[in-house]
Amino acid sequence: MQYETGKKSALNQKKHREPFLRIAKRDSMPFFQSWGIRIAAVLLSLVVCAVVIYAITKMNPLKVYGAMLQGAFGSKRKIWITIRDTMSLLCIGVALAPAFKMRFWNIGAEGQVLVGGIATAACMIYLGDVLPTPILFVVMIVASCLAGALWGVVPAVFKSRWGTNETLFTLMMNYVAIQITSYCVSLWENPPGSNYVGVINPQTKAGWLPSLFGQQYMLNVILVLALAVGMFIYLRSTKHGYEISVVGQSENTARYAGINVGKVFVRTMLISGAVAGFTGFIAVSGSSHTISVNTAGGRGFTAIIVAWMAKFNTMTMIVISLLLIFLEKGANEIASRFNLNDYASQIITGIILFFIIGSEFFINYQMILRGKNKEVA
Amino acid sequence: MEQHIAVQMQNITKTFGQVLANHNVSIDIRKGEILSLLGENGSGKTTLMNMLSGIYYPDAGKIFVNGEPAVIRSPGDAFAYGIGMIHQHFKLVDVFTAVENVVLGLRGRDANLKLATKKICEICEKYGFEIDPGQKVYNMSVSQKQTLEIIKVLYRGADILILDEPTAVLTPQETERLFHVIRNMKKAGKAIVIITHKLHEVLSVSDRVAILRRGEYVDTVETKDANVQSLTEMMVGKRVVLDIERPAAAHTERRIEVKNLTVVRSDGVQLLDRVSFTANSGEILGIAGISGCGQKELLESIAGLQKVSSETSILYSAPKADAPVELVGKDPKAIRDMGITLSFVPEDRLGMGLVGSMGMTDNMMLKNYRQGRTPFMERKEPRALAEKIKEDLEVATPGINIPVRRLSGGNVQKVLVGREIAAAPTVLMTAYAVRGLDIHTSYTIYHLLNEQKQAGVAVIYVGEDLDVLLELCDRILILCSGRVSGIVDGRTATKEEVGMLMTHLQKGDGSDAV
Repeated sequence: MQYETGKKSALNQKKHREPFLRIAKRDSMPFFQSWGIRIAAVLLSLVVCAVVIYAITKMNPLKVYGAMLQGAFGSKRKIWITIRDTMSLLCIGVALAPAFKMRFWNIGAEGQVLVGGIATAACMIYLGDVLPTPILFVVMIVASCLAGALWGVVPAVFKSRWGTNETLFTLMMNYVAIQITSYCVSLWENPPGSNYVGVINPQTKAGWLPSLFGQQYMLNVILVLALAVGMFIYLRSTKHGYEISVVGQSENTARYAGINVGKVFVRTMLISGAVAGFTGFIAVSGSSHTISVNTAGGRGFTAIIVAWMAKFNTMTMIVISLLLIFLEKGANEIASRFNLNDYASQIITGIILFFIIGSEFFINYQMILRGKNKEVA
Repeated sequence: MEQHIAVQMQNITKTFGQVLANHNVSIDIRKGEILSLLGENGSGKTTLMNMLSGIYYPDAGKIFVNGEPAVIRSPGDAFAYGIGMIHQHFKLVDVFTAVENVVLGLRGRDANLKLATKKICEICEKYGFEIDPGQKVYNMSVSQKQTLEIIKVLYRGADILILDEPTAVLTPQETERLFHVIRNMKKAGKAIVIITHKLHEVLSVSDRVAILRRGEYVDTVETKDANVQSLTEMMVGKRVVLDIERPAAAHTERRIEVKNLTVVRSDGVQLLDRVSFTANSGEILGIAGISGCGQKELLESIAGLQKVSSETSILYSAPKADAPVELVGKDPKAIRDMGITLSFVPEDRLGMGLVGSMGMTDNMMLKNYRQGRTPFMERKEPRALAEKIKEDLEVATPGINIPVRRLSGGNVQKVLVGREIAAAPTVLMTAYAVRGLDIHTSYTIYHLLNEQKQAGVAVIYVGEDLDVLLELCDRILILCSGRVSGIVDGRTATKEEVGMLMTHLQKGDGSDAV
């Protein structure tokens, strides 16, 4: 498709003028050129942000940017927290990739993470001092994946059996998960009356993901990156991945090819939910060592943005997750350091995201100015 | 007779990315004349006219309307110049009435429903249309919708009408009625352009024919000096033999036996009613009928994609097998697991036969991607097959990994037919295999079907062009509202006979007659 636009003018006045600006779809672009446009968009957004920052706060924009950088990477501890949060966002993005590729709009990752977290916390509380460590971890991982998979598969079964809408269904499952989490929090609260679960097993550290190479979150990084690579291969090179693509493009074609569409829905959502549940395990066992309704912290929704911006490519998701977490940490930092309220920093985040998403337009379309007609004689 | 030039297009060039859709095309459109714009698929006919109707803007070249240079940037501009286009896909609001659709987007007096109704009736009378202004669009037949589109354009005062493949969706009678109206418009001094690739229509309705080939202008000829052969040669660029061979059916043996095939839609409408027939190896069985009277369901039932009622039996006899096997109740995978290769070229090529966003390679393995023991895809063989089909069938694509939906209609069909034949089937079913394809590609497809027939495949060909059915098929089964109204011999039957059977059920049920 191609659209022609131009400044509207009364036809009788400017009858013979060519349109000032035309938009035409372009062919695919070389890899470097498209990333060049994206980077240019980020730089441009920083310029616009600088103007906005100065206009609103009269502060030196460079100082503000410096603060953002420091917020995310200012110290070793901050770097590791940024990495930790990037990994948990990435992990949810990886969970969403197969479902979205199938055009199954799973917006229930938030709930799937929470139930995975509950399962992990339950294992730590009830089995932490009972089972030997290796077995404990296996049980925790299996339990969290099963819980997430259960949360993911219920909407899939209903869709394949009765054609229900998965968007509403997965969304509602989030609220169920949040209520169950509240219940568990009051069941496990420690100290009693605090309405918090508190750190689980603070003395024995049973069920805490161990440090690796002296780094507390190294294991998180390795596990999540392995999952991202695995999912990339799963979607691109396996028969299951092929089935997911076909079902996502056209259910009729899938039936024609002899693919059992309902089965693919269920199987893929089992995987999607299980990976989301695993994120709950990472969050509880690998970072917070506690559980609350904020364990997923809205990342289940942020990950939808990650998945879309990366066009469901789990390798690209690494970059996008890092960017979003950097913006989040940076915004928090400037909000606290310069006594700005949250909105000011959110404006900056918004502007930067707007430019990045907007740059896709320039990758897919080209502008043709008046008088730039190609003479193909 | 003096001829006034309505539109002049000079040296028009238009590119889409790297594809050159039109290159230096110059044509004249005259008042009081019907001009046919003829060309194969992807030759740039529609693109050229879209630039006249304001959908695209040319990269280079000039357009003159009534001798004045014109800049057409939007369909609104086009209307201001009196240019109106009737697109292949109708642009109507289903829940509105005819008159509401006509005034849609207009303001002031033009949008007054009462006045509009009156004016529509005048237009109808003048040109010989028949339409009920108060009828809702969703209650209209395809031909009525098209009439409404034409009225919509005339109501806006168009003097230059462009019709994009107007007859593709019409029955022969409706086509005749449309041509009658078009001739009336010509008498009224309108300039009319018809985009088409049906040669006999070109010859019967137009005054002049402009021919495009691969985006380039070839020539304009007076229709009275042209014939089918000369037009084809200009269109294709080389001599084409326009005869369909029909080798004698040999070594025929029963392959598929359908008994009492009945399909009932979920709302209780009976789509197929006790259809019985056999399809034999080494012959082409044609299926004729007015569109939508059960052809789609018939093929999908055999392919295992359609739920059929309990009295149905579809028996498959493999070559050199003792006992036939029942296909009812098996899905496509189950049928394939039994070692039966049924190839099926469905009507909806990109929505069912292929995955539009995938390249040729990935589409090649759609039906046999399960091959191999590992959970991983084996892409080597499909890639080789894609290359081979691209070579053998001359598929025009920049590469075998370009998404197939970016190919033109004819090339999409070559990919699909190529894959289905490469599977070495025992039964090959095709639904409207040449719909929308140009003459050259159509003959390629007929040739491929004949090859399959001679190789001993049972070919089932659902078609709409009676001339082709009578030339190509050994036997023709005629469907009429979901029932078999007759099975005739393709060599002896006449067009009239088949046409009659398409609209009238014979007495008694049409059990297998041959």
